[in-house]
Amino acid sequence: MITTLKRAAVVLAFSASAALAAGGAGHIEDVDFSFEGPFGTYDQNQLQRGLQVYTEVCSACHGLKFLPYRALGYEGGPHLPEEQVRAYAAQFEVFDPEIDDWRSATPTDYFAESGVENAPDLTLMAKARAGFHGPYGTGISQLFNGIGGPEYIASLLTGYTGSEREEAGAVLYGNDAFGGYLSMGPPLWGDDVEYADGTPATIEQQSEDVAAFLMWAAEPKMMARKQAGLTAVIFLTVLSVLLYLTNKRIWAPVKREAKEAYKKNNGKMPAE
Amino acid sequence: MSGIPHDHYEPKTGAEKWLHSRLPIVGLLYNTIMIPTPKNLNWMWIWGIVLTFCLVLQIVTGIVLVMHYTPDTALAFASVEHIMRDVNGGHMLRYLHQNGASLFFVAVYLHIFRGLFYGSYKEPREITWIIGMLIYILMMATAFMGYVLPWGQMSFWGATVITGLFGAIPFVGDSLQTWLLGGPAVDNATLTRFFSLHYLLPFVIAALVAVHIWAFHTTGNNNPTGVEVRRTSKADAEKDTLPFWPYFVMKDLFALAVILLVFFAIVGFMPNYLGHPDNYIEANPLVTPAHIVPEWYFLPFYAILRAFDTEVWLVQIVHWLSFGIIDAKFFGVLAMFGAIVVMALAPWLDTSSVRSGRYRPMFKIWFWLLCVDFMILMWVGAMPAEGIYPYIALAASTYWFAYFLVILPLLGVIEKPLPQAETIEQDFIEHYGKAKDTASGGTVATPAE
Repeated sequence: MITTLKRAAVVLAFSASAALAAGGAGHIEDVDFSFEGPFGTYDQNQLQRGLQVYTEVCSACHGLKFLPYRALGYEGGPHLPEEQVRAYAAQFEVFDPEIDDWRSATPTDYFAESGVENAPDLTLMAKARAGFHGPYGTGISQLFNGIGGPEYIASLLTGYTGSEREEAGAVLYGNDAFGGYLSMGPPLWGDDVEYADGTPATIEQQSEDVAAFLMWAAEPKMMARKQAGLTAVIFLTVLSVLLYLTNKRIWAPVKREAKEAYKKNNGKMPAE
Repeated sequence: MSGIPHDHYEPKTGAEKWLHSRLPIVGLLYNTIMIPTPKNLNWMWIWGIVLTFCLVLQIVTGIVLVMHYTPDTALAFASVEHIMRDVNGGHMLRYLHQNGASLFFVAVYLHIFRGLFYGSYKEPREITWIIGMLIYILMMATAFMGYVLPWGQMSFWGATVITGLFGAIPFVGDSLQTWLLGGPAVDNATLTRFFSLHYLLPFVIAALVAVHIWAFHTTGNNNPTGVEVRRTSKADAEKDTLPFWPYFVMKDLFALAVILLVFFAIVGFMPNYLGHPDNYIEANPLVTPAHIVPEWYFLPFYAILRAFDTEVWLVQIVHWLSFGIIDAKFFGVLAMFGAIVVMALAPWLDTSSVRSGRYRPMFKIWFWLLCVDFMILMWVGAMPAEGIYPYIALAASTYWFAYFLVILPLLGVIEKPLPQAETIEQDFIEHYGKAKDTASGGTVATPAE
């Protein structure tokens, strides 16, 4: 009864989430990102490269409205030095209602919103797409591979087939990861940016870098969360062992008594 | 408190007597914590503690989250992101609260099915069962309204679909829906009232939990044999029971620690496992998501809701007989609420005089089929309503009703139950007598006799 119900509970949880996978019907290539798995961490250099790709390419149309510039300086993120964060922010202008005018941005301001109407904000995009949900739709792979959001982004950027289609006056571009045609044209062609650290800026490299950056933008506290999870798991393991031993000790005399009574009466109840 | 003979609190010192004659609160606590509990409770009796923990967890994390959340359609989504990014430990609080709801429902379903198998709903525990069902319904209402608060796409469209159910009620439906939403569609008025009620209902649940505990402390716990504790004398009662403290407190705490181990692993390493990616997209009334899927814990009843479409002959007959008042949509709503009502009526639908499923050979089969049925409903509830899925949903929904309305009443008449344990003591002794040498903490495993 107990084991069956427990097993049932597990199946219940898995089967339920099976159908929750969103995202396109296209093919999503798994990427071995550094931040996957219970011990995964963001790669600071990759996030900085991704920031560069975002700034020089994506931000032309897209926005990151929930992300403040100051976050670029946080440990665990791109971790830019303070003066670089300030200099990065100063490139942009924000409208300040207090002075009723535009001024150059400071670290406490937020990244700009999308400049193009049908370009979605990208702050949470890496969590708003589930690239895969395996194995067999159970989603357990999340524990090791994440929900596939960054993979979805990377696959989308590299997945253009080259075919185009015109619909209602707009050009749509074929994309394998999207599983059809989408209105965003291929944004990356290779060598779109020149990486400061000398990494060759292939389409794949740039796609993965910006996908990693967007994962960080969506979940900047991921490393703190995993650390808290690990601490909790270790603490609760110790606590479980201690409570198991305590419980066993408390029940031992009661169970011993039962055992003796059983032996004495050969399985029958003592006659009253 | 309980009818089982046991020691009562006796105030000894002058101060204790002074307090006891004015407010017997120490005595109340003593009787509650020392309640004689059947010795033979198995590991399915731990869910009550887990549920109590969940309620406290949700209230505590929820109260802190409220300090940083803004119930306004223009700000709600951003305020949740503020919690996730800027509030100290906010990301953990939010993920604990979000996944805490899932843990709550895992525990409540196992708790309910435990009750269904061991006949915990039967006389004299009907009130406990009914209160439990009320708690369950309030939990669903609270969880549903809580899911709307982050104001993501699923929040918005889930709210639109579910409140639309009330619109299906004949004559008053439209007015009722508008009244619930505070306007013609899900909007700021809906968000603020859901926020208010989401804060209120957990405290109503807490009060009902107290009544739930009060009720089963009056009747005494059920146990795996379904045989009552002997109340003939204190000595007899003590052979069947052990005080809740420390025996069951320790056992329950151990179970809770193991469950929390899994829970924290999920929160820490895969917190979005049970969530829907679409809810990380801010609500947009102009864009409908491809699939509107409720949270996993609603899926079985969502499946029942959708199962009865216009193609089902029963729906057509009812439609015709009611002069068109009960259409397919309203029928689905009735079926969904009816599915919970028939479960709540189990104490009167089950005609068997034997309480525990352990001694009911035929019942066992049908019960496990019901568990499988529940899983199927949950799975099919997440599938699109096309192809073969509606037929599976219809068959599974039919079984759900058949179990309570036909099988339970009939089994009591035709089933020949197995001989039951005479006493709880006997069951306990047999269990540990036959068990391998683990119970006594022995070092040597004795070979079988």
